[in-house]
Amino acid sequence: MGIDMATRLGGTQIPSPVLTASGCAAAGRELDPFLDLTALGAVVTKSVQLRARSGRPTPRMAETPSGMLNSIGLQGPGIEAFLSDDLPWLASRGARAMVSIAGGAVEEYAELATRLRGARGMIALEVNISCPNVESRGEVFACDPAAASAVLAAVRGADPGVPIYAKLSPDVTDIASVARACADGGADGISAINTLLGLVIDTETLRPVLSAVTGGLSGPAIRPVALRCVWQIHRALPETPILGMGGITNGAEALQFVVAGASAVSVGTAVFGDPSAPERIGRELAELLVRKGFARLSDAIGFAHRSAELTDAAGT
Amino acid sequence: MSRTWGITQAVDLAEGHGQLTAMMAIPLPPVPAGARAGPVQVRATILQVRTAGAYREFTVHAPGVVPGAEPGQFVTLRVGGESSAMPLRRAFALSGVDGDALSVVVAAHGAGTRWIFERGPGDVLDLIGPLGRPFPPPPTGAAALLVAGGYGAAPFVGLAQRLTAAGHPVAAVLGSATADRLYAVRELASLTRVLVVTTEDGSAGRTGRVTDAAPELLPGASVVYACGPMPMLRAVAAQAAAYGLTCHVSVEEAMACGIGVCMTCVLPVVGVDGTSRFLRSCVDGPVFDAAKVRFDDIGRLPDDLHGAAAMRATR
Repeated sequence: MGIDMATRLGGTQIPSPVLTASGCAAAGRELDPFLDLTALGAVVTKSVQLRARSGRPTPRMAETPSGMLNSIGLQGPGIEAFLSDDLPWLASRGARAMVSIAGGAVEEYAELATRLRGARGMIALEVNISCPNVESRGEVFACDPAAASAVLAAVRGADPGVPIYAKLSPDVTDIASVARACADGGADGISAINTLLGLVIDTETLRPVLSAVTGGLSGPAIRPVALRCVWQIHRALPETPILGMGGITNGAEALQFVVAGASAVSVGTAVFGDPSAPERIGRELAELLVRKGFARLSDAIGFAHRSAELTDAAGT
Repeated sequence: MSRTWGITQAVDLAEGHGQLTAMMAIPLPPVPAGARAGPVQVRATILQVRTAGAYREFTVHAPGVVPGAEPGQFVTLRVGGESSAMPLRRAFALSGVDGDALSVVVAAHGAGTRWIFERGPGDVLDLIGPLGRPFPPPPTGAAALLVAGGYGAAPFVGLAQRLTAAGHPVAAVLGSATADRLYAVRELASLTRVLVVTTEDGSAGRTGRVTDAAPELLPGASVVYACGPMPMLRAVAAQAAAYGLTCHVSVEEAMACGIGVCMTCVLPVVGVDGTSRFLRSCVDGPVFDAAKVRFDDIGRLPDDLHGAAAMRATR
């Protein structure tokens, strides 16, 4: 159809603005039967930590109205197995990997970035400082601008060259200030948003459904919150690229994120319902952009901020 | 290749939907593991809906799914239509395959399965399959005991056909709370040497549970296959272990994706290296060696589980 859908993750050009979302695609292999992984902007891998993690006990999931609550707890094989198994597979498949890293301390993030430096197949890092599935909310770095900035500075120090995105939590008073702190720390871009902390109670047992009590809410239910966050971050940091995500299930919803300021989008929970969704959403987004008269995706990024007469009050 | 197992009735597509002819199921030898095809996502047209007590069996035209599909594997369906507020797929054991058609048995548990109940011939479902690992074949000549709770019997007609065709003596215990929640009693009666039916309210067969009847049949068995709710599987696994029998259980864990990406449906399983891990019931199961499943630790985080130490470190 001739529209230029290329975009960038930091300094790296990618052919499509549609990526998977961390935690919703494992390390890509399981989605291979359902879509062309190489046609995605990137596979954003499940957050990897230094050590293998079992994750939390079950029940770990509850379906909620237009969404789901999860308390997986970052189950994963650890960085060694990721480097020897998962990442090489993605590279051999020709897929681009945006590697999500998570840790319990600043030094852990730095060590992960060091271990990953120059790894074949990796085109960017997503620094998950906002997983809600930790015992103490005090460990959610993204809830504190200074802590968030420290993590990003440590990762930047460990790998000066790779594009680095900070993944933020919507569960804060002022997400734009956290985004600014991350950019100041060395982040090239912002991934927004992670899940919202939620709770479901079983009215038979009168106990929380999840064994972890609380979990992260995702899916279409959180889309307006996510879009608002992208809007606010773009308004505060118009030069900072945003990877937008939160309940995107079709091209029109992806377009909302693009015109709100996202230069790329991740598809998460929708993959559980439809593993081919990212490919379809990319197609639908391209068709919509053509219909709206755009010659290239990049012209549409942040368009809603320019197209409407918006007062500062409405924008913040 | 035309393959048939289970209780699917042949549907003459040229005659349109609902033109059905009963057809003898022809069991074929198991397909070698290496030949198994991967899962595919298809738009599956409903050919027939059959009421079976409290359940409904949906037979759908699902081209590409059937090749390689084996008893014990499952499919997932999207529910709620285009503007669905239910983002997660529902998983159903395959109850039969025939040509390009396959069948699943649905119980109306909640809003998602009620939505499926309302579908009829001609309606189209978003279907993914075949998924998961099938029941492994028993050693040559081994006598098999099948134990099912409710619609857990769904994969057992096809399995019983396979086993009898391969010369295995087969017995079965089918149990449920009430008579209307039994499944495939007639079909399994014709495929087994002994069939015992139990209901908790006594509305069919013996009053009681499958575990009340199983001890009579366990001494004559060499291998046990069980499918049903987790407490039943746990009890059957303990009984089989007491007789020193291999027991394959097909677990029913809550799933979000069914394809191995979400890590929702895990349970603690002992690996060949002796280390216990949270394994995904969708891709590592749903059929597991019962002796390896740590039933007592389901819903817990055992200290010795691989990666449990990293969880403690972050507390």
